[in-house]
Amino acid sequence: MSGNSTYEPKTAFTRWLDTRLPIVRLASDSFIDFPTPRNLNYWYTFGGILTVCLMVQIITGIVLAMHYVPNIDYAFASVQRIDRDVNFGWLIRSIHAVGASMFFLAVYMHIFRGLYYGSYKAPREILWILGVVIYLLMMAAAFLGYVLPWGQMSFWGAMVITNLFGALPLVGEPVTQWLWGGFTVGNETLNRFFSLHYLIPFLIAGVVGLHVWALHVPGNNNPTGISVKTSADTLPFHPYYTVKDGFAIVVFLLIFAGFVFYAPDVLGHADNYIEANALVTPAMIVPEWYLLPFYAILRAVPDKLGGVILMFAAIGVLFVLPWLDTSKVRSMRYRPMARWFFGFFVVACLGLGWAGAELPDTKVPVLGAIGVDFLLLGRVLTLYYFAYFLVILPVLGFVEKPTARPASIEDAVLHGDKPAKAGSAGAAPVAQPAE
Amino acid sequence: MTDNNSNPDEGGETRRDFIHIAAAGMAAVGGAAVLWPFIDQMNPAADTLALGTTDVELAQLSPGDEITVMFRSRPHFVRLRTETEVAAARDVNVASLPDRMARNANLEDSAPATDENRSAMSAAIAEGESIDAGLRAALLVTSANCTHLGCVPTVGAGDYDAWFCPCHGSHYDSSGRIRRGPAPENLPVPPMTFISATTLRLG
Ligand code: FES
Repeated sequence: MSGNSTYEPKTAFTRWLDTRLPIVRLASDSFIDFPTPRNLNYWYTFGGILTVCLMVQIITGIVLAMHYVPNIDYAFASVQRIDRDVNFGWLIRSIHAVGASMFFLAVYMHIFRGLYYGSYKAPREILWILGVVIYLLMMAAAFLGYVLPWGQMSFWGAMVITNLFGALPLVGEPVTQWLWGGFTVGNETLNRFFSLHYLIPFLIAGVVGLHVWALHVPGNNNPTGISVKTSADTLPFHPYYTVKDGFAIVVFLLIFAGFVFYAPDVLGHADNYIEANALVTPAMIVPEWYLLPFYAILRAVPDKLGGVILMFAAIGVLFVLPWLDTSKVRSMRYRPMARWFFGFFVVACLGLGWAGAELPDTKVPVLGAIGVDFLLLGRVLTLYYFAYFLVILPVLGFVEKPTARPASIEDAVLHGDKPAKAGSAGAAPVAQPAE
Repeated sequence: MTDNNSNPDEGGETRRDFIHIAAAGMAAVGGAAVLWPFIDQMNPAADTLALGTTDVELAQLSPGDEITVMFRSRPHFVRLRTETEVAAARDVNVASLPDRMARNANLEDSAPATDENRSAMSAAIAEGESIDAGLRAALLVTSANCTHLGCVPTVGAGDYDAWFCPCHGSHYDSSGRIRRGPAPENLPVPPMTFISATTLRLG
């Protein structure tokens, strides 16, 4: 929270520095003394985890670029060389490849946490929108990066995704040729994808800076969704949250290392170890797991342009979410109906991922007996995905009766997560402005 | 001293306002002019645009055979169809097709998607050559990239036992016409010329 700096430079040098470049003051105010709600749970550690993920991807990526050759004749072989001949190349490429999956795992946790606790609501709309921008950039970086090894999945993934733009009326063909630099995915395409793949992480780092800035104006949301009122509601960020985040990061890195050392390829696709071949499409092409739900939405529509529009709309709707949710209560802890719909929403997202991984005509286990194939499953879940944002959240704000909320964060911590005074029964929800 | 740049009495536009607008407008035009080379550099380069031609040797094909050739860096199917396949393709009411256009570079855009318009009967013939009519009717050359999102369909599969795209399930018939699935158009037929009795030139 700007304007009330508590930093006191202690040495002659830091006093000298503070009047010239108050960088220590900035760090101290942002990450040491920063007043943070005292009730943050482990769902709030993913911001820190994501920072680590970004750094890991940038560092390993810079190293890999020293050995990778962005040319269709050498790309595949250079990646094999990294795996087999470059000292510790196998380790660094594993970290980078698994790192992409871990990055998305963490970002999905972070997004669902924000959805559940209403972290997108006023006054955090810009914070949320910047987050969606980061998510979009992440998807672009992941897609471009997946093309670089120039395996079969790389090539055909690039083909399918760039062809999505061909669905645009009139400009479709010029735009796809502009993206390719030719008449199909080729060497020009690979070169520019490499260049852009290198660029995007730095764009992400820039937007992360804005994201943290926007976070530090209103401060963190918290599981009660109630705004900080007094200093009794907060703790200094250090050591309380540095230690909590640190512990979560260690646990996260353990899981990360588990994949890197024991199952580096389990999240990828075996066909990507076959060199790209423009003449043969693999029998089954699917994107990486973290993009599967959008793939299912794309396929849910029997029309080329319609599918593309809906897929982009699935992300676009997140930008306007702060204005779609009409409820005055932030946290779903106190929204008895919303939390059920939210639960179904999480299930729908997972189900869409499943539908995206299977062939549309395949029958769904169990439900297949009554004729449900993955195409139908994908359609139903796509409907729910959009209904959640466009119908359920707007309507719930008017029809739902929130449960009583504690008077303050301090109260929630000291007296359990119960309404202010258990005695003052009748428990009409505490009338609080949404702030 | 009088300030001849503004006239407070009139409260309207001043010379300074005009200069601001003119300068900003010029900067916008200049900015756009500088931006364009940076956008256009991503379009296909001159050497990429210098399109080649591809010659296909037809003597190697017997009825039922199919080869895939590269033409303008994209794969193309060259298929010598059997009589049953041709008969099946001709036996279709064009009005019932999802895409009724021939999509054939050798014909005008409005040509209907009859099998005659799709097959090599539409190919030009070099002067002085005569091509077997059966060959022209049986030969089918189309792009091998699915008109949905560009995958290469598998031959001998799908509802019509011709081409089936594994990516999102588009079924094509033995004339390369889309029949079922998300693909919007028939597989396009490239420009082609018989340069001898057994050689077809694409391009
Ligand atoms: S690319 Fe052929 S059906 Fe989608």
